Amino acid sequence: MSTPQNLEASSPAGGQATGTIADGAAAVAIARTGKGGYPQRSWRKTLRRDWQLYSLLVLPLIFLLIFRYLPMAGNVIAFRRFRPGSSIFGDEWVGLRYVELFINDAKFWEVFQNTLILGALGLLVVFPLPIILALLLNEVRRIWFKRLVQTISYLPHFMSIVIVAGMVFQIFSVQGTINQVITAMGGDAVNFMQRADWFRTIYISSEVWQTVGWGTILYLAALTTIDQQLYEASRIDGANRWKQTWHITLPGIRPTMVTLLVLNIGTFMAVGFEKVLLLYNPLTYPTADVISTYLYRVGILSSNFSYATAIGLFESLIGLTLILSANAISRRLVGTSLW
Amino acid sequence: MVTDSALKDETGTPDPIRLARRLERPAPTTVKDSRGYKVFTVINVVVLLGVMAITLYPFANIIAQSFSSEGFINAGQVNLVPRGFNIETYRTVMADNMFWINYRNTVVYTVVATVIAMVLTTTYAYAISKKNLRGRNFFIMVAVFTMFFNGGLIPNYVLINAIGFTNTIWAIVIPNAISVFNLLVMKAFFENMPEELEEAAAIDGLGTYRTLLRIVLPLSKAVIATMVLFYAVSFWNSWFQAFLYLDDARLYPVTVYLRNLIAGATTATSVAGGSSDGMTQVASNIQSVTMVLTVLPIICLYPFIQKYFVSGVMLGSVKG
Repeated sequence: MSTPQNLEASSPAGGQATGTIADGAAAVAIARTGKGGYPQRSWRKTLRRDWQLYSLLVLPLIFLLIFRYLPMAGNVIAFRRFRPGSSIFGDEWVGLRYVELFINDAKFWEVFQNTLILGALGLLVVFPLPIILALLLNEVRRIWFKRLVQTISYLPHFMSIVIVAGMVFQIFSVQGTINQVITAMGGDAVNFMQRADWFRTIYISSEVWQTVGWGTILYLAALTTIDQQLYEASRIDGANRWKQTWHITLPGIRPTMVTLLVLNIGTFMAVGFEKVLLLYNPLTYPTADVISTYLYRVGILSSNFSYATAIGLFESLIGLTLILSANAISRRLVGTSLW
Repeated sequence: MVTDSALKDETGTPDPIRLARRLERPAPTTVKDSRGYKVFTVINVVVLLGVMAITLYPFANIIAQSFSSEGFINAGQVNLVPRGFNIETYRTVMADNMFWINYRNTVVYTVVATVIAMVLTTTYAYAISKKNLRGRNFFIMVAVFTMFFNGGLIPNYVLINAIGFTNTIWAIVIPNAISVFNLLVMKAFFENMPEELEEAAAIDGLGTYRTLLRIVLPLSKAVIATMVLFYAVSFWNSWFQAFLYLDDARLYPVTVYLRNLIAGATTATSVAGGSSDGMTQVASNIQSVTMVLTVLPIICLYPFIQKYFVSGVMLGSVKG
């Protein structure tokens, strides 16, 4: 162990020490001699100078480590046997046993298909609607009317999924509004919530109701950044409203559209787990059961932790692949990417 | 996405209220509208009125049901207007002790969780907003990566059980403490603050802590208000965390109370094939009342908080 004096004499002028941070005395000594050139600063000096700033990072980093990265590492139980009460990383390696298990599980492929269908419907139906609504709002000239529509259409976004599910049950119930309309027109009441063939329609409608208004915000923001001179110039050139919308407005919000599309594709597989869980029941499983609800039942309710983790890991990896590839494609095609 | 210098005020700080106002700007007027465009304007207004009607209908429906008598709901005669007006159902629900215990839990969880989340988010966002922080990119990546890849349901469940959070308030208020989106919004806001302010504070001998507490935070009231609201609404509305980790009904938040009412009603119809009408009928009434009482605080606050939310979303999309 060298004394501070020794180190001070031997350390180079720039203070490029590479010792252990634990050696506090040495760190102090080096800091005394250093000239503090920014790019070459050693970690010790950085810490000495900015320790208050770094101390602010400590609690959040501990949080991220325990509640975000530890569960990520906990995914190893997809390849290890796990018994309730054992370590969160499981007991012993079992290789790809659980992966093989779900690949050969017909039920898994059924819920996989349901997930894809619900995700695709969400993308096809829910994604374009905020764009249309934003364009319609953009044409409104009376500011109070525009503000009113915005205020009201944002409201469902603030409702808990439980409330939305409760409303869905009320409106689609046998005595509910939809059936009141059907019987008034001479039809027979349908027990919508118990019918598998209606689940997707109901799910997507509730998504539309809850998300479309709020989804306009970023498009409206993008619309305000379009240069008004473009419209004036096009008007002089004789472009009507439709042509202005097509040639100026839509290209103007294209980067926003692409970014949101990328984000949507990335979360494709994570179709609203909580909403499905609230809305479905054994009668609607054939169309309603998705990967996340299936692994919830398998894992939490039936305690097959490793098996459910293998499914969950598979789902996460697909999600990660989807968002990375969607981002790469959008960068190549339109030059917009998330990062 | 949105890169617009006009969204920032003279000091370069994005002004939330101004951001929100810009969305309400009317479309530019043309000198002369074609006849086709006039027709379009009328159709547009009709469509937007329809959007508002569809948005508001479910609210009107549950309010009407909450004041209606069981018979009329059961006969399928309640839609917009209460039939057989009564406030008995409100009395029934409000007489339930458990409802109030759960309601109080929701308030407690929301407050505690928001405080924890704000402390962690603000400190982290402030530190990573400093461009001269060594290792800054690493610390940003550590947070952003969790947006795209997460542990998944089961590993999280196993972890929460292993650290003994099950059946405690901690399972609700800690695991969702940092939302990466909120973190990035705050980081962008701090980055846009004029550096001179903090340099002056440093010359006056203020350390990082006191600069943050006395200079930076008082100037960030708008963004702090936005973040508090983002967190508070998400915690107020959350249910699954509580549903998963709490077994004791006395610990439930009101969302789980409501969820159990709904689930009870649906299993009653699915098991009995709709024959146990009395059962579902009462639940329908009570469900509506519980829903009304649960959303009431949000609806009352909504007109005042809406603009902060809008500006928060836009701040998040303005590249810092």
